[in-house]
Amino acid sequence: MNFSAFVGTLPNILIGIVSIFVITLVIVLCIAALNKLTAPRKKDNDEEIK
Amino acid sequence: MGILYENLLKVEWQQVVMWVIGGLLIYLAIKKDMEPALLLPMGFGAILVNLPMSGAITQVFESGTETGILSWLFDFGIATEVFPLLLFIGIGAMIDFEPLLTNPKLFLFGAAAQFGIFFTLGVAALLGFDIKDAASIAIIGAADGPTSIFVANILKSNYIGPIVVAAYSYMSLVPIVQPPVIRLLTTKKERLIRMPYGKVRITKLTKILFPIIVTIIAGIVSPRSVALVGLLMFGNLIRECGVLNSLSETAQKVLANLITLFLGLTVAASMTAEAFINWRTLMILALGLVAFVFDTVGGVLFAKLLNLFSKNKINPMIGAAGISAFPMSARVVHKMGLAEDKQNFLLMHAVGVNVSGQIASVIAGGLILSFYG
Repeated sequence: MNFSAFVGTLPNILIGIVSIFVITLVIVLCIAALNKLTAPRKKDNDEEIK
Repeated sequence: MGILYENLLKVEWQQVVMWVIGGLLIYLAIKKDMEPALLLPMGFGAILVNLPMSGAITQVFESGTETGILSWLFDFGIATEVFPLLLFIGIGAMIDFEPLLTNPKLFLFGAAAQFGIFFTLGVAALLGFDIKDAASIAIIGAADGPTSIFVANILKSNYIGPIVVAAYSYMSLVPIVQPPVIRLLTTKKERLIRMPYGKVRITKLTKILFPIIVTIIAGIVSPRSVALVGLLMFGNLIRECGVLNSLSETAQKVLANLITLFLGLTVAASMTAEAFINWRTLMILALGLVAFVFDTVGGVLFAKLLNLFSKNKINPMIGAAGISAFPMSARVVHKMGLAEDKQNFLLMHAVGVNVSGQIASVIAGGLILSFYG
């Protein structure tokens, strides 16, 4: 058992987990913004239905 | 006749064990339909490279060195990362990200389900693996063959053969590995949660901009992963742009099949008896299982955590689909939902989480590379 190696990985494990959430959160926000910006306007929708 | 006996006498028991392992992989591929496109070439390759003085791999003779085709393919396709990267174009072209784009929150489950990678990194280091090997083993938890090959190769791991065997084996064992873990972590009431489908319409422009934006974000935050993410997203862009249908089809079928064919055989070049038969291989297989289990734990527990704060409850089972094994994981969750309630259709939610896992696993691979590459 190599406890010092294990302890050495802990900061990277923590940074890795936080980083992956931050990156995905940024992507989530971008998709949400993209969906909002490119959503068909209500007027277009109504015309399409007609 | 003399040469025949000479070669027969050169057979070592370790090589015979590798023939059995090769035979087992072929059996699993044909009889159990477990990732046959990869396990069958790998199984055959394992036999091929473990024949005494096999001409399929490079051999050193007194008269000089003879380069074997599999060693050459390994140097050309894996040592340079060409094969896994090209395969990602095909995978990107196969994936429809619409279920994810309709409900972008699902992306977070893809992140949560990479927990197994980081957990296994710690465990492998604790067990005494060199840190680069520990990082390569941890990436089995990406549940993504090309990413495992890519990372293990850049980190120059000594265990690339066992790592790839573990990655692909557990990917095909997802229907066996995940359900007990999901059941253990969820109550019947939670498994019965129904999730409504939104009415968001995804425009073509969104589908085109999505791969470009993901590439830019991943490239800025995790530059080491940009080759993987970039080619995955490029494949998706040619699928969604609408003007490259024949290229998209070629990437999905011809390119992906061709690379898969070579990848399986080529990986087998690293499955020589001396590299494969040792107790560390068994440890790697066990650690691969740990990675998959804790990926599932991460995804399910994250969904349960969100339910503490959310008004619209999430069925925690979909968190388990955040591993990159596509589409097996989504299918497992969907079937488990149906087993509890015949009217509970979780498929599209699970697929959304599953495709997010594809991207998240590649980003996790990039992060591991930025730490230890």
